Amino acid sequence: MLDIIVLVKQVPDVKKVKFDRERGVIDRKSAPNELNPFDLNALEAAVQIKEELGEDAAKITALSMGPDMAEDSLKEALARGADEAILLSAREFAGSDTWATSLVLSTAIKKLADYDLILAGEKTVDGDTGQVGPQIAEFLDIFHAAYVSEIKKLDNDNHNIQVISELWQSSFLKTLDFPCLLTVTKEINDPRLPSIKDKVQARKAEITKWDYSALSDYIAAEEIGIKGSPTRIKNIEVAPAIEREGEVWRDGYEKANEKICELLQEKQLLGGE
Amino acid sequence: MDKEKASGILVFAEERKGDVHNVAYELLNKAQELKEDLDCEVASAVLSSQKLDYSELIYRGADKVYCIEDEKFASPEENYYKKNLLKITNAFNPEILLLGATGFGRSLAPRLAIALETGLTADCVDLQIDEESNKLIQIRPAFSGNILAHIKTEGLPQMATIRYKEFTEAPRDTSRSGEIIKLEPTEGEIEVGIEKIEERAKDITEAKIIIAGGQGLKQPQDLDILQDLADKLGGMVGASRDIVDEGYISHAHQVGYSGARVKPKIYIACGISGATQHIVGMKEADIIIAINKDPSAPIFNVADYGIVGDLYEVVPDLIAKIEDCM
Repeated sequence: MLDIIVLVKQVPDVKKVKFDRERGVIDRKSAPNELNPFDLNALEAAVQIKEELGEDAAKITALSMGPDMAEDSLKEALARGADEAILLSAREFAGSDTWATSLVLSTAIKKLADYDLILAGEKTVDGDTGQVGPQIAEFLDIFHAAYVSEIKKLDNDNHNIQVISELWQSSFLKTLDFPCLLTVTKEINDPRLPSIKDKVQARKAEITKWDYSALSDYIAAEEIGIKGSPTRIKNIEVAPAIEREGEVWRDGYEKANEKICELLQEKQLLGGE
Repeated sequence: MDKEKASGILVFAEERKGDVHNVAYELLNKAQELKEDLDCEVASAVLSSQKLDYSELIYRGADKVYCIEDEKFASPEENYYKKNLLKITNAFNPEILLLGATGFGRSLAPRLAIALETGLTADCVDLQIDEESNKLIQIRPAFSGNILAHIKTEGLPQMATIRYKEFTEAPRDTSRSGEIIKLEPTEGEIEVGIEKIEERAKDITEAKIIIAGGQGLKQPQDLDILQDLADKLGGMVGASRDIVDEGYISHAHQVGYSGARVKPKIYIACGISGATQHIVGMKEADIIIAINKDPSAPIFNVADYGIVGDLYEVVPDLIAKIEDCM
């Protein structure tokens, strides 16, 4: 049995979320929450691996840390093919930066004990750090491959996986022994939509919830949440808007193109290599 | 490391095939500025797969260069890099540790931060020293760049990855002197199999001019029109996500949130409507020119010069006019 853990996060829909420029805050109520779009690719990759190996040859566990309402995202993960879903939700976890988040998630993974492959999206659309995946790999002392655009081959007998990792303007074929962690890009697949039947079933499914007491044997409350986070936001400022010329030609492009040529000449971007 | 005695700024210089990525020279420049407030040393860390002229980093502002030479660094394996960078970090004992937010930097830095038991701020656009505490303020955009968060790190070293092209490169001063310190690589082999299977010739983040296409293109071969213009100007072709998804062009050309973030001198958006997803990747270009049939396309809101028109007419005319000027 290949044990796959997919890390997921509930995020606000950043396309809809409203931003209060005056107060410098996000109005989180202005947009619905959704499963982080990059995580859909990680889930789909897990489901494709399972399809290839066979129904009984792999188990997919979706793992998330977040508030109680993140249950919705885990239900979506179930609808999309996860076999089990675990939500780490506790007051003690709140306010965690990427360090504390990685510590909590890696501790939960250690507690799960059986894991071969951990999949994560390359980043989340709200935090946008891309740090949690590699940080978990370091906490677990396992190898990771980042920006994985393709899974070439999974060799269950030799317990390893071959992937394409996009780094340094190049594609590298990496072979990693299990257990290992992969962060995947949008290129890896096109996530399928869950069927209505799967959605209905998932809605009724039980999400396993772990609060701090599930992990308290492994980590002290001081190591996590706001207290345990080494990075602190001290101040937030509204980003200054970039001033633009804003000249628009609506009737005919000849004059406009002449202007662009002048501009290119002025900036010495024309000819004379 | 001995955190009690930590001092100085360490800049990781990422080497690829004998060249140091320019972001290191930008960070060395910023480090000079921070150094004035902190009165400390600036060092650079290089893990190189081949012999380099390390004095270049001294000319650019490093007081010390710590280097480890090992053929294995020709393979981007984060864990092996981490172990060796840890060795340098322990030797120099910095209070500030900076890495470029290149793809590899963003994958390597998190491992190093955990190993050093310290926090990490991703993708910063500016750095300052807090006058009162002498602590590093790390400034990073959040929520599509609408806000800038000022972040401080409790504990040491204060560690951040910084975006490319946020600071100017340090000037080259060949009269500068400094110390070059060679360390031995850590023992053991890379336990991940790595083989390079494809290398792209050009890096879109390095392009001075980008001619980008979007949904206004009717078929893949029409990208040739944009390529013509790019060739005339010595630029590169970029693309919005939808035409990459449709297979018009490879992901390496994609500009935007799930592609590259670019800062060229001139960005010409042809037939790109300007979804937020795309705009976050190019809004910091020096000059933005937009060509679109739809006068209400949001791309015009971020453009210096907008042309409401059909790219199939506008671009060939622009090419002709450029030829006349040359």
